Amino acid sequence: MTAAFDFHRWRLVILGGVIIGCILIAAIFAPWIAPWSPYDLDYTAMLQGPSAAHWLGTDELGRDTLSRVIHGARISMQVAFIAAGVGLVCGTVIGVTAAYFGGIVDLVLMRLMELLFSFPAILLAVVLMASLGTSVVNAMIAIGIVFIPGFSRLARAATEVVLREQYVESARALGMGHLRILFREIMPNILAPLLVEAAVAFSYAILLESALSFLGLGAQPPEPTWGNMLNTGRGFMAQSAMLSLAPGMAIFLTVLGFNFIGDGLRDALDPHMKD
Amino acid sequence: MSGDFLQIDGLAKDFGGSGWFRRSAPVAAVADVTLGVPRGQTLGIVGESGSGKSTLLRMALRLIRPSQGSIRLDGQDIWALSGPRLKAFRRQVQPIFQNPASSFNPRQSIGQILTAPLEVHGIGTRAERREKARDLLARVGLPVDAFDRHPHQLSGGQKQRVAIARAVILQPQVVLADEPTSALDVSVQAQVLELFDATRRELGLTAVFVSHNLAVIRQVSDRVAVMRHGRVVEYGPADQVFADPQHDYTRTLLAAVPDHRKMMRPAREPGGPE
Amino acid sequence: MTAPAPPDRRSHDRPGVLPTLDIADLTIEFSRRRVWTPVVRGVSLRVMPGEIVGIIGESGSGKTLSSLAALRLLPRQARIAGGRIRLKDIDILAQTETGMRKLRGDRMALIPQDAMQALNPTMRVGLQVGEPISLHKGGPLKATLRAAARLLETVHIRGPDRGIRAFPHEFSGGMQQRAMIAMGLALAPDLLIADEPTTALDVTVQAQVLRLLREIRDEKGTSVLFITHDLGVVAELCDWVYVMKDGEIVEEGSVRRIFADPRQPYTRMLLAATPSIHAPLRPRGAA
Repeated sequence: MTAAFDFHRWRLVILGGVIIGCILIAAIFAPWIAPWSPYDLDYTAMLQGPSAAHWLGTDELGRDTLSRVIHGARISMQVAFIAAGVGLVCGTVIGVTAAYFGGIVDLVLMRLMELLFSFPAILLAVVLMASLGTSVVNAMIAIGIVFIPGFSRLARAATEVVLREQYVESARALGMGHLRILFREIMPNILAPLLVEAAVAFSYAILLESALSFLGLGAQPPEPTWGNMLNTGRGFMAQSAMLSLAPGMAIFLTVLGFNFIGDGLRDALDPHMKD
Repeated sequence: MSGDFLQIDGLAKDFGGSGWFRRSAPVAAVADVTLGVPRGQTLGIVGESGSGKSTLLRMALRLIRPSQGSIRLDGQDIWALSGPRLKAFRRQVQPIFQNPASSFNPRQSIGQILTAPLEVHGIGTRAERREKARDLLARVGLPVDAFDRHPHQLSGGQKQRVAIARAVILQPQVVLADEPTSALDVSVQAQVLELFDATRRELGLTAVFVSHNLAVIRQVSDRVAVMRHGRVVEYGPADQVFADPQHDYTRTLLAAVPDHRKMMRPAREPGGPE
Repeated sequence: MTAPAPPDRRSHDRPGVLPTLDIADLTIEFSRRRVWTPVVRGVSLRVMPGEIVGIIGESGSGKTLSSLAALRLLPRQARIAGGRIRLKDIDILAQTETGMRKLRGDRMALIPQDAMQALNPTMRVGLQVGEPISLHKGGPLKATLRAAARLLETVHIRGPDRGIRAFPHEFSGGMQQRAMIAMGLALAPDLLIADEPTTALDVTVQAQVLRLLREIRDEKGTSVLFITHDLGVVAELCDWVYVMKDGEIVEEGSVRRIFADPRQPYTRMLLAATPSIHAPLRPRGAA
């Protein structure tokens, strides 16, 4: 019995998926899609508005804004996926371990998580970057660490729910070992809320990365990131608003896309919304 | 001292009490329970909510540790087992739980659910396990294509049939059932009870059947234990306990059960009113 | 030779008496993926004044939907597609939502299945039991609470003055259900619709609740429409019973007649399938 694909149910996810898909394609194929190199200086064409040659105008060093935005997508996407991935994997391992073993393990792990959680995200990221050094890779790790407590809490709560289900009791009564129970009985059944959270984490990662590179941490010039483009654009608002608008819109669209996916997943996977 | 095949002596379980932050007195969920089930018979444990019957069953399944007392299977203390002998115990004693909706991992197919016990205990090759699972599906009256379906695609009654199949696929000696039919419709319940009884007889299983439903207990049990507030207040052959209850509580319970039988006309008795 | 079957006499149905609830040819449709399919077809049932009527059926029989239709409390995915529903002389289907809200609680009341879920855990019992009064009749809070205490007394909750100040979780399951019944009785409705109110209760508590419902009928003449899947409860409590299966009524009759002489195969199957505390009809197989 195969039902036709329920587009109505997945509409938000599809919409978000299309948006992110386009951005991903731009990121992957940046060198071929971008009309200009993001590094080429052109002193004769500084701070120009949109034109036929430069669709989004140029920045203060004559570099093509559109190309810089497209290349900026590479870094933003990389950071988003890797940071969210780090947070997801580490957070899940910690949360599931805490819930499954309980007792002192739970106590210690959760207090550690709360310690991390008590720092405001940007502050924590900045502190981590300060100790790790400023580079794109360190930005990814720092943002990933910021996400860990949130994911661990979610994973722990979801695991607690699943632990009470009778199929886990049955597995234990069967003589199943811990590892097998964790991977076959528990993990597949906590994925849904974690994936939804991951989608939201992507968008937050983009924002955090933008904030970090805005502050001068993360990727350094001449590397274009949306964040440092916003930073430089700040100084030229009077001459060329497009310098800020372009990366700003890019961030907005990406965050929107990820949020659509996250919300759409939550709605689509919710058993109560089956009609 | 010899006992029945499954022998429970002086079993007790306290919850709460001393802990890091708790100061309340411990609650005795089960207190001083002594019961026995001869090989091949069914012990029905009946009680209302809070009677401790489910806790008792979970101790017999080695899922909860007793505070006191012992549980012996064929003379062996089940809580003294470890390592391979513990695993062997798990093969011999299998559960059937109440809620068909949560008894199975929703992400697995019925085939996977049924072959899992065989995998865990290293029985047969992959092909042999699947064969065995299909065979069992047929024996519990399910269609062959159920093998590839997922739990949510089956009805409550079908799921409980799978639960019975899963319980017997390892060919255990003892089956411990916790309210297996309470969540089912009447007609489905009758079929599942029928299947349970037939399976039990065919495989020579010893069974413990826990329920709050006196009528169901009456139907399946050889021996009956009535529990209240963690203690056994009455214990004996089913016919005797139901026909001539000794304890006040048993009498109260029996009197409270709404009885439709009295309105039905006896099918074979000659004459007489109603 | 067996005794003759008892007659199918509906003692509450006397000439000239208007039924408390009269449902005629009711059809309810459910929407699945935007397609409307009938799930209740052509159901006709009546509840006479002072009568306790049972609707018995398994899951999916449509018994709950048919009864909720009388209160126009169907879920979003369901709609009434045909038929007529009357409460005494009031045409239910012609009412506006405002009109229905006036009727609910005042002329007809619902006792839901799970009292613990139906009660607001953050609101004291007295306020909840008195809510129908404050909604329909208004008046000072003190008077409402006094009325609530009296209602708790009616349902045999001891220490009603303490009871009204308690929170729902401080009540046992049986007491919660009785508090729901008290709420249902608050405005002395013509009809109580009880949706499997004893399914989640222990058998001794169930016996008390059934006794209470009979008492309410005897003393106040309130009609009761009792939905259940338990034949024993029907035998114990009801005067007249409708048997439902797959959205239709397959048999109806006096409780005495139905149990003594079930005519439809489905009814017979239900009776045969229901276990009893008496000796099993078939001897159990050898161990």
